[in-house]
Amino acid sequence: MKNILLCGVGGQGTVLASKILARSAMERGELVHTAETIGMAQRGGSVVSHVRIGEGCYSPLISRGQADVVLAFEAAEAVRNLPYLKEGGTVIVSTTAVKPVTDALSKTDYDGQVMLDYLARQNVRLIVVDGDALVEKCGSAKVLNIALLGAAARADVIGMTVEDIRHIIETTLAPKFQAMNLKALELGAASV
Amino acid sequence: MKTRFVMGNEAIALGAIAAGVQVVTGYPGTPSTEVLENVVKHNPKKEDGTDAIYVEWSVNEKTAMEVGAGAAYAGARVMVTMKQVGLNVASDPLMSLAYVGVKGGMVILVADDPGPISSQTEQDTRTFAMFSKLPVFDPASPEEAYQMTKDAFELSEKYRTPVLLRPTTRVCHGYASMEIPEGRYEYTPEGFVKDPKWVIFPRLSYAAHKRIEEQNRTMTAELSAYAGNTYKKGSGRKAIAAGGVSYAYTMEALALLGIDIPLLKIGTPFPFPNELAEELLNEADEVLVLEELDPVIERALVHLVGKKHLPVDIRGKEDGTAPSAGENSVDGILSILASYLGIDLPAGCVREETPALPVRPPVLCAGCPHRASFYAVKQAMKGRKAVFCGDIGCYTLGNAMPLDMTDTCLCMGAGITVAQGIGRVEPDTVCFSFTGDSTFYHTGLPNLVNAVYNDAHMVAMILDNSTTAMTGHQPNPNTGKTAMGEVAEKIDIEGALRGIGITHIATVDPLDLEAAIAAVWSAADQPGASAIIFRSPCIALFRPTKMYHVDSDACIGCRKCLRELGCPGLVKDGGKKVKIDTSLCYSCGLCTYVCPTGAIRVKEDK
Repeated sequence: MKNILLCGVGGQGTVLASKILARSAMERGELVHTAETIGMAQRGGSVVSHVRIGEGCYSPLISRGQADVVLAFEAAEAVRNLPYLKEGGTVIVSTTAVKPVTDALSKTDYDGQVMLDYLARQNVRLIVVDGDALVEKCGSAKVLNIALLGAAARADVIGMTVEDIRHIIETTLAPKFQAMNLKALELGAASV
Repeated sequence: MKTRFVMGNEAIALGAIAAGVQVVTGYPGTPSTEVLENVVKHNPKKEDGTDAIYVEWSVNEKTAMEVGAGAAYAGARVMVTMKQVGLNVASDPLMSLAYVGVKGGMVILVADDPGPISSQTEQDTRTFAMFSKLPVFDPASPEEAYQMTKDAFELSEKYRTPVLLRPTTRVCHGYASMEIPEGRYEYTPEGFVKDPKWVIFPRLSYAAHKRIEEQNRTMTAELSAYAGNTYKKGSGRKAIAAGGVSYAYTMEALALLGIDIPLLKIGTPFPFPNELAEELLNEADEVLVLEELDPVIERALVHLVGKKHLPVDIRGKEDGTAPSAGENSVDGILSILASYLGIDLPAGCVREETPALPVRPPVLCAGCPHRASFYAVKQAMKGRKAVFCGDIGCYTLGNAMPLDMTDTCLCMGAGITVAQGIGRVEPDTVCFSFTGDSTFYHTGLPNLVNAVYNDAHMVAMILDNSTTAMTGHQPNPNTGKTAMGEVAEKIDIEGALRGIGITHIATVDPLDLEAAIAAVWSAADQPGASAIIFRSPCIALFRPTKMYHVDSDACIGCRKCLRELGCPGLVKDGGKKVKIDTSLCYSCGLCTYVCPTGAIRVKEDK
C-alpha cells in the first residue's frame, strides 16, 4: 500500500496531479482510492488530495502518520499537512509561497522561507524544488503540478517513473498543452 | 466489465443507469450535485439516437420530488437528487408520498454532510427516514454506493415505496477504481393507471399507515439477511457497531491496531436489521457504536437491549464515548478505540511545533460582480439605518471582512422574508435582501409575492450572475439552457417581478458603481417593496478583455482599495503601495472607483 498526500492552494492543479497518479497506478493494475477538497474551499483555500494505491485501503482519507509522501505545491501547505507524513517519509515541496488573500488586510507578512526552514529541521527526507524559477522557464505557473510530479518520480517515491508520467501526458492532455507540460516534467525531474 | 475511476456520486449515477432509471430530477447542493450531472454525462441512447433518460434540474427540491413522483406513478424508475437541507424543502411531498406509494421504483438520493463541510446543518437523513417511515440505505464506500443504488431500486419496486439513499460527503466525493458491468435493465413503463389510491384522503391514509408499519416490520427481517448488513465475529466480548463511512474508518483503525473484535456493519439503519443485531448482542457485553450525525444505530441497539432484557452496555454519542457533532476520522476512531479497549496507541512521530500558518478562508473571486453589488449598497446606505439579509449561494461570502454585508443567512429564499420580518419591528430601518438568480426561482419568488401583497417595505436585490455558481454552474430558469443541454426560453426576472406587482424595478450593472449607488438611493426611499436587479455575469462565464495596472507614481499608498474591497487581485507591492496580481485580476474595474488618486488604470487591451 502506498499513501501519497498532495497539497496546495486552490488553482494550483492539485486535483489534476492526483488524477495522473491514479491513472498511472490503474494502468499497472492496482486498486486506487482518492479523496479531495471540492467546492467553496477551492476559492483561494487550502486544497488537499489523498491518493491511496494498493490493497487494504478502507478509508478514503489517509490518517495521520501514514503518508509515504507529502507532495506540496506551496511551502506552508507542506507544513500544514506534515502530521500526515510517516516517520522518515519524504516531503517534496516547491519554494512557491502563495500569500493568503486576506494577507492584504493583515499587518503580518507570510514568509515562505520560514516554512522551508522549519521543514529542513524535521526528521524527513526533504526535496526542495525551486518552483518559481521552474515555472518562469516554462512560461506558466499552471505546470508546477507536473514539475513536482517529475521530481517525485525521479526521487522514486510514488511508484511511477518519469516515463510513466510522460506517457499519460502524451495520451490524455490536449496537444497544445503537451510541450509546456513535458518541459516542466523534465525540469522537475532534473531538479532532484 | 470495465475498470473505471469514478467518484462516489458517479458510481451512484452509474448504478441508477444500470437499474434502468428513466427519469432523474434534482436541485444542486453540495455534496449531491455530481449524481445528476453524471446521469447527463453517461445518458445512454435509445435506438433512434435520443437520450434514454429524461434529466432535469428542477427549480427546487419540492418540485423535483413531485415531478419524480408523477413519473413513478406512471411506472418509470425514478431518481430524485438533493442535499440534506433540500429534503426539508421536499418534505411535504415526501411525507405524503410515503403513504401513497409508487409503481415504478423511486430512489431519493439525499447526501448528508457531516462536519458540516458546506451546509447549514448537521441533520441526519437516517432520522428523516424514520420520521417518514421510509427505508434508507447508507453506503460505506463508492463501491458500495453503486451496489446499494441498484438494491434500493429493487426494494422500492418490491414494496412500492420510495426508498432513500443517503451517502455522506466522503463517500460522494471519494474516488475508487471499480469494475462496472455493462448493461442496463430494460422495461417499458406501464403508464399511469387511474385508481383512487393516487388520491391521498384521510380514510386511505389510515389504511396506508397500518400497511406501512406492517411492511417495515417485514423489511426488518428481510434486511437482516441483506449483504449490506454484516456481522463479523471476533475475539472478546467487547464489540463495535458502525455504519456509513465510519465503518470504513473502523476497518482501517482495526487493521492499523491489528485487532480482531466482533463488528456489526449497518447498511440499512431503517428499517433496522434487528435479527442480525441480536446475534451480536447475544455475544457481547459491551458495544461501541461509531457513526456520524445522530445516534441512530446506537438508539436502535439500546431499544433492542431493552426489549430483549439483554445485559449489554451500549456506548456511543449518548454517554459521551463518541463525539456528538462533527465528522469522524480514522484518527478520532483510533483514540476512541484506545480508551474503549484500554490499549495504548503506537507513538506517533513527535515534531517541533509548527510556525504560524497562513489562514485561507474562502473569499469572493477577483472580479466577482457580487463584490460590486455589496459595495454599492454599503456606500449608498452610509449613515442610514439598514439591515442586509443574505441568502444561500456564493454571495453568502459577502459576510467576510471588509465588505461585512451579510447580517442574516437562514435558508434558501429566506433573505427576502427575514427582511420583511425585521421591517415589521423596525419600520425606520431600510431592509435589504440579497438573492441570487437560482435562489430567486427556488423559493425567492413566493416570498416576494408575500412582500408585495402584505405591503412590506423592503428592497429586494437580485444578484443576477446568470448561473448557479456555488455548486458548479448548473442551468436554472435564467440561463436559457436545460440540464440536457437544450436551449430553453429564459424566464425573465424583471417580467416576473412586474407580474407580481412590483412597480419600482431597476436593472443595473453593479460594475457601473455610480449608477448602482444611485439605483440603491432611489429604491430605498420607495414605499412598499422595490427591487434592483444587479446584472453582471459570473467571471467563470467569460474571459477578461483588458487588464488594469497601478501607476506606482500616482499610488499614494493609502491602501483604501485593499481596506474597502478585499479583492484577491489587489496585493501589497512589497512596500507601502499596491499592485495588481495579473494572474487573478478579472478587470472588473471596481477598484478604479475606490482609488482617490485615479492610480488604477487600464494597462492594455487583451
